[in-house]
Amino acid sequence: MTDVQVPEDQPVTAGDGTAPLLSVRAIRKRFGAVQALQGVSLDVHPGEVVALVGDNGAGKSTTIKMISGVETPDDGEIFFEGQPVHLTSPAVAERLGIQTVYQDLALCDNLDIVSNLFLGRELHRTLIPGLPKLMRKSEMEKRAIPVLKELGINLPPLSTLVASLSGGQRQTVAVARAVLWGSKLVMLDEPTAALGVTQTKAVLELIERLAGNGVAVLMISHNMTDVFQVADRIVVLRLGRTVANFVKCETSLDQVVAAITGSAEEVAIQE
Amino acid sequence: MSIQFERTLQPKSGGWVENWRDRVRAGDLGLLPVILALIVIWVIFESVNGNFLSGRNLSNLTLQITEIGMLGIGETFILLLGEIDLSIAAVSGVAAAVLVLLSNAGINPWICIIAAILTGVIIGGFQGIWVTMIGVPAFIVTLAGSLGYQGILLAFLGSTGTVPIFSHTLLGIAASYIPAWAGWIVALIAVVLYTASLILVQRGRRARNLSFLSLRSIALRCAVVVVVAAVVVGVLNSYRGFPVAGLILLAFVVLFSFVTQSTVFGRHIYAVGGNKEAARRAGINIRKIRIAIFTLSGAMGAIGGIIGASRLGSASPASGGGDLLLDSIAAAVIGGTSLFGGRGSIWNALAGAFVIGSVENGMDLLSAPSSTKYIVEGGILLIAVTIDTITRNRRRTAGR
Repeated sequence: MTDVQVPEDQPVTAGDGTAPLLSVRAIRKRFGAVQALQGVSLDVHPGEVVALVGDNGAGKSTTIKMISGVETPDDGEIFFEGQPVHLTSPAVAERLGIQTVYQDLALCDNLDIVSNLFLGRELHRTLIPGLPKLMRKSEMEKRAIPVLKELGINLPPLSTLVASLSGGQRQTVAVARAVLWGSKLVMLDEPTAALGVTQTKAVLELIERLAGNGVAVLMISHNMTDVFQVADRIVVLRLGRTVANFVKCETSLDQVVAAITGSAEEVAIQE
Repeated sequence: MSIQFERTLQPKSGGWVENWRDRVRAGDLGLLPVILALIVIWVIFESVNGNFLSGRNLSNLTLQITEIGMLGIGETFILLLGEIDLSIAAVSGVAAAVLVLLSNAGINPWICIIAAILTGVIIGGFQGIWVTMIGVPAFIVTLAGSLGYQGILLAFLGSTGTVPIFSHTLLGIAASYIPAWAGWIVALIAVVLYTASLILVQRGRRARNLSFLSLRSIALRCAVVVVVAAVVVGVLNSYRGFPVAGLILLAFVVLFSFVTQSTVFGRHIYAVGGNKEAARRAGINIRKIRIAIFTLSGAMGAIGGIIGASRLGSASPASGGGDLLLDSIAAAVIGGTSLFGGRGSIWNALAGAFVIGSVENGMDLLSAPSSTKYIVEGGILLIAVTIDTITRNRRRTAGR
């Protein structure tokens, strides 16, 4: 098939004309002899759910790592809120409002829900400078409740240990943790892998509500049913390259699968 | 529409009964099993020898467990991180030697104490840096260290062997008691501190519209603390009063319990022990915490060594040897601190030290031979670790 032409310079606008929150332009990354990414471009707008799909090794996780600051691209540019940004570390990405919910969830089983929500960012009061700081436990619990309510999240009491939560509840805690920090872009790596039917439904609804609140969502998934249920747009990667960019309501499962496997001679690029 | 999970409760804190049940189900048994074990052990020994629960014996018991208790606190911190420190007893021996030798050289006892603690801090810090920066497993670093420190101890003591303490200040640490009235003041302070902190927290929760304990529940808890404080001080006063060394141990337990439960640093210790990767991604400085904890463990080893030397009245090649290391690990684990990291508390170490101490003390009263003592202690440790392993497996199932 022919190389897909992706606009590299001019800012891309969505159908409704709003500027993208995140704009990735032709990023490349090489790990030793392996060219992991060779031209990935994608846009995510506020309030939009974009699904990043592709076969194993297509570069989905590497792309997420570039945006979350875990890896830095060799070439190409990343724009956030219209400004070129250099995401040199996860902390830089977090400061901009980019949060990543990892596949293995990164929760501490031995701590309760509030502790996990505020992990690493505990509200505190300095009693004596230089000595351990006093945690403001009640205040943390108080601040968590409205965020959970806004997302319509019903969890067991916040003092419940994460160890005793179900897979869906754990995923919810991980997502809520990302949202609690006022993030503008939430990236989810396989959010419904390993979840049951009911739990998957709950997590997908949470993603929709997240977008409804104006948060931009970029989600990696292998599950086409999930993708077609929540995504507004579907970006397909193959062999480290953006090969297609579908608007969900204008495409079909066959078209997306064809783009993923590369069986189609030509792939529609729709902006 | 809101997302409905299988248990849909308001995002508020539940009652403490549900809370506790939840924690038990998740494999966090808390203090209850060790308190029950302690009661059973005490009843058995009392029924065999009527002197066991006498004021005099309980006072002795309190003194006997101070060294194990200090080391148990240090080991608890290490276990919370999911590491192990096999050198803590040897460190206590070296600290004891430093203390005694400096003191006998005519140096002010307080400076000797500081020097001994610094010895522990330096050794612990060195081990922490080695484990954290170079990545050698703590098991090996502290095992090798343990051997090395025993060598240092022998080198310090030289051909003289046992070196007696002459300083009255140092001997007084483990040999003095506070007067009865001061004991009651300590009890009063404990009750007031507990009540005040409980009420303060509950008022804060109420002001924020969070669930809070009822007045009855607060009163009940305070009543329990009043009774416990009164019984402890009453019993100890029936002999010579509250031992100073026991008071020092209690102060450390309260201080470190506060640090682990109520400070950001404490929270991060649990996070690192529970899921190192999650802690790292949350921006927690794992290296700093590990080095700090190994340093703290060295310091607690040294403090235990000081009290041990004071109790024996000397430092000897046997200081920090024998079953002290296993006793201190046992104190932490029997108390309910997990060997796998992230679970346990400082109070558990105190309770565990009482279990170990009671068994040793009780069998001494029965003049049981060392063979029996070792077998019984080994059995108790094995049971405690088995319970830890089984509950951990249950937690894994619960956590799925």
